[in-house]
Amino acid sequence: MTEKVFVGQSVKRLEDPNLLTGKGQFLDDLKLPGMLEAAFVRSPFAHARFTDLDIEDARKMPGVVAVYTAKDLPDVMQGKRILLQVPNPAITNPITQEPLASEEVCFVGEAVAVIVAESRHEAEDAAERVIVDWDPLPAAGHCDTALKPGAPVAHSDMTDNVAARFSLGYGDIDKAFKEAKHIIKERYVPHRGTGHPMECRGVCAIYDAVSDAFRIWSSTQTPHNTQRGVVDMFGMPEDKVRIITPDVGGGFGPKNQVYPEEMVIPAAAQMLGRPVRWTEDRREHFLTTTQERDQVWELSAAVDDDGYILGLKGSLIHDAGAYLPWGSIMPYISATTVPGPYKLGSYKIDVTVAFTNMVPTTPLRGAGRPQAVFVMERMCDLIGRELAIDPAEVRRRNFIPADAMPYKMGLTYRDGAPVIYDTGNYPESQNKALARAGYDTFPERQAAALKEGRYLGIGIGNYVEGTGLGPFEGATIRILTNGRVAVYTGATPAGQAHKTTLAQICADQLGVDISDVDVVVGDTGMMPRGAGTYASRITVNAGSSVRTASIEVRGKLLKMAAAKFDVEEDDLECVGGLVRIKGEQGDSIGFSDLAKMTSGMPGYVLPEGIKPDLEASAYFTPPQATYSNGSHVAEVEVDPETGLVTILNYVVVHDCGNVINPMLVHGQVQGGVAHGIGNAILERMVYDEDANPLTTTFAEYLMPTAEMIPDCDIIHMHSPTPLNPLGVKGAGEGGTIPAPAAIVAAVENALQPFGIRINECPILPQRIVELIDAAGTDKGEE
Amino acid sequence: MKPAPFKYHRAETINDATGMLASLDNARLLSGGQSLMAMMNLRYVMVDHLIDLNPVSELAGIRIDRDRVELGGMTRQRTMLESDEIAIRAPVIREALGFVGHVQTRNRGTVGGSLAHMDPAAELMGIAALYDAEITLTSTRGERTVSIADYPMGYMTPNIEPDEILTRVSFDLWPQGHGYDFREFAQRHGDFAVVGVGSQLTLDDKGEIDRAAVVLIGVDDGPVRLNDVEEALIGETPSDDLFRAAGSMAAKQEMMGDALITADYRKRVADAFVRRSLTNAAARAKEISHA
Amino acid sequence: MPDGKHTREINVVVNGEPISAAVEDRYSLADFLRKVIGLTGTHLGCEHGVCGACTVLVNGDAVRGCLMLAVQAEGCEVTTIEGLANADGTLGKLQQAFMDNYSLQCGFCTPGILTTLTAYLRDHPDADEPEIREALSGNICRCTGYDTIVKAALSVAAEMKGARA
Ligand code: FES
Ligand code: FES
Repeated sequence: MTEKVFVGQSVKRLEDPNLLTGKGQFLDDLKLPGMLEAAFVRSPFAHARFTDLDIEDARKMPGVVAVYTAKDLPDVMQGKRILLQVPNPAITNPITQEPLASEEVCFVGEAVAVIVAESRHEAEDAAERVIVDWDPLPAAGHCDTALKPGAPVAHSDMTDNVAARFSLGYGDIDKAFKEAKHIIKERYVPHRGTGHPMECRGVCAIYDAVSDAFRIWSSTQTPHNTQRGVVDMFGMPEDKVRIITPDVGGGFGPKNQVYPEEMVIPAAAQMLGRPVRWTEDRREHFLTTTQERDQVWELSAAVDDDGYILGLKGSLIHDAGAYLPWGSIMPYISATTVPGPYKLGSYKIDVTVAFTNMVPTTPLRGAGRPQAVFVMERMCDLIGRELAIDPAEVRRRNFIPADAMPYKMGLTYRDGAPVIYDTGNYPESQNKALARAGYDTFPERQAAALKEGRYLGIGIGNYVEGTGLGPFEGATIRILTNGRVAVYTGATPAGQAHKTTLAQICADQLGVDISDVDVVVGDTGMMPRGAGTYASRITVNAGSSVRTASIEVRGKLLKMAAAKFDVEEDDLECVGGLVRIKGEQGDSIGFSDLAKMTSGMPGYVLPEGIKPDLEASAYFTPPQATYSNGSHVAEVEVDPETGLVTILNYVVVHDCGNVINPMLVHGQVQGGVAHGIGNAILERMVYDEDANPLTTTFAEYLMPTAEMIPDCDIIHMHSPTPLNPLGVKGAGEGGTIPAPAAIVAAVENALQPFGIRINECPILPQRIVELIDAAGTDKGEE
Repeated sequence: MKPAPFKYHRAETINDATGMLASLDNARLLSGGQSLMAMMNLRYVMVDHLIDLNPVSELAGIRIDRDRVELGGMTRQRTMLESDEIAIRAPVIREALGFVGHVQTRNRGTVGGSLAHMDPAAELMGIAALYDAEITLTSTRGERTVSIADYPMGYMTPNIEPDEILTRVSFDLWPQGHGYDFREFAQRHGDFAVVGVGSQLTLDDKGEIDRAAVVLIGVDDGPVRLNDVEEALIGETPSDDLFRAAGSMAAKQEMMGDALITADYRKRVADAFVRRSLTNAAARAKEISHA
Repeated sequence: MPDGKHTREINVVVNGEPISAAVEDRYSLADFLRKVIGLTGTHLGCEHGVCGACTVLVNGDAVRGCLMLAVQAEGCEVTTIEGLANADGTLGKLQQAFMDNYSLQCGFCTPGILTTLTAYLRDHPDADEPEIREALSGNICRCTGYDTIVKAALSVAAEMKGARA
């Protein structure tokens, strides 16, 4: 008899019934008796000191219960800043945020006081009444200018804006540049945007004075990091700080970060002895939730006559924003991602991380990779243009061949291990994408359209992405006395349906239906250790742990049943929530009965070697990252009179190894591409020279809508990795990473008749028209 | 982002509303609320009293009397979009409304609200200008009518006294068979236009343009009628060159710029869109026999 | 500013159930539903009228719950995501289509999209893909990239067409 196999199937999501009927429990949906609501008083200046903070009027406002400034916070918090998440010796100035700024604010939106009131409305009323005596200071604007001599410093006690410096590379770069026939140079400038999950952030806290413990709900991707932050801030033991994530309405990176509000709200709850909640609103999200992607690259490629890249060198300036909560991880990822699927003869990059007076930057879907892929892919296009070689051919010539796997690149990845690509077939990936996109016949389509005055273009983006990073993500599997299977994991979903995928993996091992599996996620009280949901790592890490723990529990079930029936374990199987003797009419015993036996039946003696538990824990620790890859091809039409870009066709080849649930991977890819389209042509967080944000509503910062996102044509390749028992790789970011590269290339290709080059993203319509005007060439038709 | 406190008042009749407006301090009228509520949520606007016009049924409705249209201030955008009479007699209105917000906002948004809020990119302001509409304002002092040309006073500042309510907007229809076009440039559907263009024209029995109206929105505080372009079109036969020249003329107009959209870019888009709009309007116009 | 809190008693029918409640004048309909009567299925994604997460049906028409005051709903019938299931508690047609087509990930935008489409498909059962996409243009979904949402809507439209034929 063959049993249902869930892994590899598009099973329906276990999460949906609640979410489809309004029964989801997001942070702002929690109802706790006596709950108070908080609002923050925030800086209107990018950089300022303040002397006097007058909260007397605010205190007297209706409904107000308390107003706190930095000095009103508990003693244990005084003088403390938020824990640096990823320390690194390259960081010269590891400065993180204070829970509330005490005398200097370094970006618009930094909090200086919190109001706690009976309702959010009243808290906001009182926030308006706080009078701050501001003394504005010069602000560090874009990271490029921030590093120039004499630029204003982002923090008044610093002498310059350098946050970190490092270099990395491999091979003999000088030799490459000496020998190359062609040196091709370009400057690339990707811009800031942010994640904008539809649910903003939020924190809710209770302090239990009897046991001196916190219970904190946070809309976060990483409850265990928040726990570490709170433990550090309050000097409490881990077991007194429980962080629970309710349903999380999207993350995309910025919720993978410990925020000041996650310290201040528990402090308020402790001081007041009542539950306190703060729900971030969209305006605060624009001002205070971390962003990413401002960088400046100066790159030179040493190339021979045939377009082979002998060496690539240059510099990268990365904008850290005002603080360094995540250290220098993103520019490090950027720098190591550049070579991608290509065999560069040599590589050298000098990285400077710059402080600015803008909201801090932390990993955002892709985490430094979209920029790296953008510069590498744009460089391939430029090489093709300079040497009159088709851009696809330039890439073909430089690909790492499939038979070179596993391929050691020569760099060290962020996990400290050398970059070794495990599996993948990069040339084949591009071939498949080009074939599906009709790349060979595109010149005819382009020429025909041009005759009608329409400008079509095509562009390619290839990428390799390190996913599934350690250190670990654990799982505990337990058989309950009602026969159901409980899975506890540190994984914290924000829409990725981890409950479903993990249930699939577990159900297959235990021979139960996925509806018999209850997955508990994102609760430090249920799973003491965890890392969090970022870097496309959950299926790899938590998935592998679930598998291992499930197998162990299965072994325990079989062992007990074998003792009971007095048969060999090999004669038994787990099917439909039973352990039964193989064969036609074999005896069987339910999981429930076995669980009851282990929980101790009076007078029943446990068989030899059986411990009173039907439970197992596993912490999968991957030896290194596993590398997903893919190729995107975009076909666009550009209206050169307005700069409007329309995406006509979008092909994705995606290789994330084995797939647990194809429809979920489809959703990650399609949604990721939508985000990438935003990063390519829509979403730009604009600041003026003094670091004041200018796009602070959804009317100014444009998110992709249903009318602009095409249905991607997605082709899956499967190069399983040997690095984990499931053979899976991460899938959460690959949709986003190469999209700006492919789309911008297509736009540039469409506008070939005007001879423009596009070295920035996103590229907005106005900028396209400006570039055309600046090129000033005749378009050669009409 | 919650609004500051205010007191809500429900008006049932125009008299109710004007009475309250005359007697309450720092009061504001609430019609569709699709701009005002957002600004109040952001606390850009704070009022002490909010007078709700939604229950005032006498303010809503489309009346067409021979060649004259009267739109009550509280007529919903959706009602106009779905009106067959509007679709037949003034199709440019339907075309323009397709660019106004989204289904959810058109279900609430009103003509009067849009004209009173006077966003520079308001499509309905463009329509009013295209038709040389008259706007009727009512207060306890009586009624007054302002022509659309005299209506904008500055950025988001209409010619409405603090005690006045915009009760209706009226204009003459164009003859059957007129050509029309409304289009606007925004990167996403329903967003504020970088530039919008409305145009209408009629052709005489020789196929020459004998009447033309062209308006730009999004480029200045209020809509801009392109009188010089209109004059240049009269007596001409539609042609690519003619409309290309019209576009270039439109681009000479002074236009506003801001931190996100420059004046130069608006000019570039206006150039193209005036040409395209007129081309389409001419294609739609049927020659009218004056015989 | 006039003194004190301004509140009113309102009478509304929410998901078929008559409700009388006191609410502050300044509360949006969405805040009323969420904070006063505890129906938290309606979400707030921006409160400035762009994202559509707050969409509810008022007398059957889709409106932004963050841009309408609760006091304006006096005498109205309001339908929220909590009121879209069948009488027997099973998922409604559109809800089921969302489940079958993987039309949601985090589910935060879903309430506004379900309500918008419920009204739209009722009024436009013949809607084609571009029309459905336009109808959805006032709802932002960050997770899905929309394809599966459009698919679900088209499948329900097809079903409705079939039922009429
Ligand atoms: S919350 Fe109402 S539109 Fe976003
Ligand atoms: S499912 Fe997350 S925003 Fe739509």
